[in-house]
Amino acid sequence: MVASRGNNTNPARIPALGIRLIALTLISILLMYLDHRHNHLDNVRKAIGVAVYPFQLVVDAPVRFWAWLGESTTSRNELQLEVGRLKAERLLTNARLQRLTALEAENARLRALLDARGKVRDEVRVAEIMAVDANPYEHNLVIDIGSRDGVYDGQAIVDADGVVGQVIETGIMTSQAVLISDTDHALPVEVNRNGLRTIAVGTGEIDRLDLPFLPNNADIETGDLLVTSGLGGAFPAGYPVAIVDAVTRIPQEPFASVTARPAAALDQVREVMLIWSAAEDTATGDEH
Amino acid sequence: MSRDRASRRLPVIITLLVGLMLTIMPLAQSVQSFRPDWLALLVVFWAMQLPRTWSVGTAWFIGVVLDVSYGTLLGQHALALCVIAFITVRFHLLMRVFPLSQLTATVFALLALYQFLLFWINGVAGVSAEAVEYWGPVLTGSLVWPFLYMFLSGVRYRARAGA
Repeated sequence: MVASRGNNTNPARIPALGIRLIALTLISILLMYLDHRHNHLDNVRKAIGVAVYPFQLVVDAPVRFWAWLGESTTSRNELQLEVGRLKAERLLTNARLQRLTALEAENARLRALLDARGKVRDEVRVAEIMAVDANPYEHNLVIDIGSRDGVYDGQAIVDADGVVGQVIETGIMTSQAVLISDTDHALPVEVNRNGLRTIAVGTGEIDRLDLPFLPNNADIETGDLLVTSGLGGAFPAGYPVAIVDAVTRIPQEPFASVTARPAAALDQVREVMLIWSAAEDTATGDEH
Repeated sequence: MSRDRASRRLPVIITLLVGLMLTIMPLAQSVQSFRPDWLALLVVFWAMQLPRTWSVGTAWFIGVVLDVSYGTLLGQHALALCVIAFITVRFHLLMRVFPLSQLTATVFALLALYQFLLFWINGVAGVSAEAVEYWGPVLTGSLVWPFLYMFLSGVRYRARAGA
């Protein structure tokens, strides 16, 4: 085709180059179409993902080694200090947990009185973030467990302080997740103080979320804690998401401009928890 | 004969694997958008040097691997890499006699085309990204090209001499 006609500029031409290009272009377009519209290619993706896994491990290894080296060369003194600190922390958390158990029981009783659906305790599992960069156009991360451990698309991911993101792509050994700060991510939240429901949208900045749908007279203040409302179906209710850090009300604008800072340290986490909520284990009502 | 072929392929495969590692290696958030497209640069180099062995097919395959490890639309990077491999192979004789400065300018254009194709597909698929995500890799890619070119030429020469 193209290559066979214009061979005056290129005497050592490669046979059937143009035909190959056109064929591969068509295949690419077909693949993209199938991938985008129907998600038919999950198995192909998984198969190639297994082949990429060793490279991810190799890339991740130096970081892991460094962490291991740091751990194994800590002095006895430091370790003792840390154990002491952890013991104190554990005592505090345990004390709080006792109260929580009582509260949970009370909550269940009250819900039973109200005939409301009982809250189910969520199953969690710790996953480690692999030091591997994924999609450059999105805020993504790769975690080291996949469909073989029961991870499913749309699963919620939290860390010790709050919601981190959700799984968007399950491989066999690894999965990709999108952070709540991604521009394409929106998360149904409610203000913990008064139950005001809204949606927190990612801004593309790692430390800022937007709440674009709050009217000027909405009861929201700086310092309010936003928790998941559980309405989207993807995230279980009640996990902290962000803290409101700026509320600007401009009278002539219909909506207030509200920004919030994610509660989880999105760019610092190394270990995250995946949540299996017993009530809605196949719900993938993700807005991604 | 087969030993000769192996010695021709091994450096290419090794550099491509290292390129893949560099591509998925974590970088700080601030410099992430300036990561050069290592695999695109490698595809251009090898398609220019050994166009009969490494051309559009290989480029396409590398692109699919890249799509999987990035989690982008399957076929996006494959298509973009395949197109720049085609142009490189088509003009490989011309590009071989270019002085390095002119070759670098050509690579800049190729990288810009590569990113444009990605941008275009992202636009059709509704993925939005900031302009720096597209321009950063083109700039840094062109900056590292002369060094990469010299390094890879050395690799190639040595592989040949060792065979």
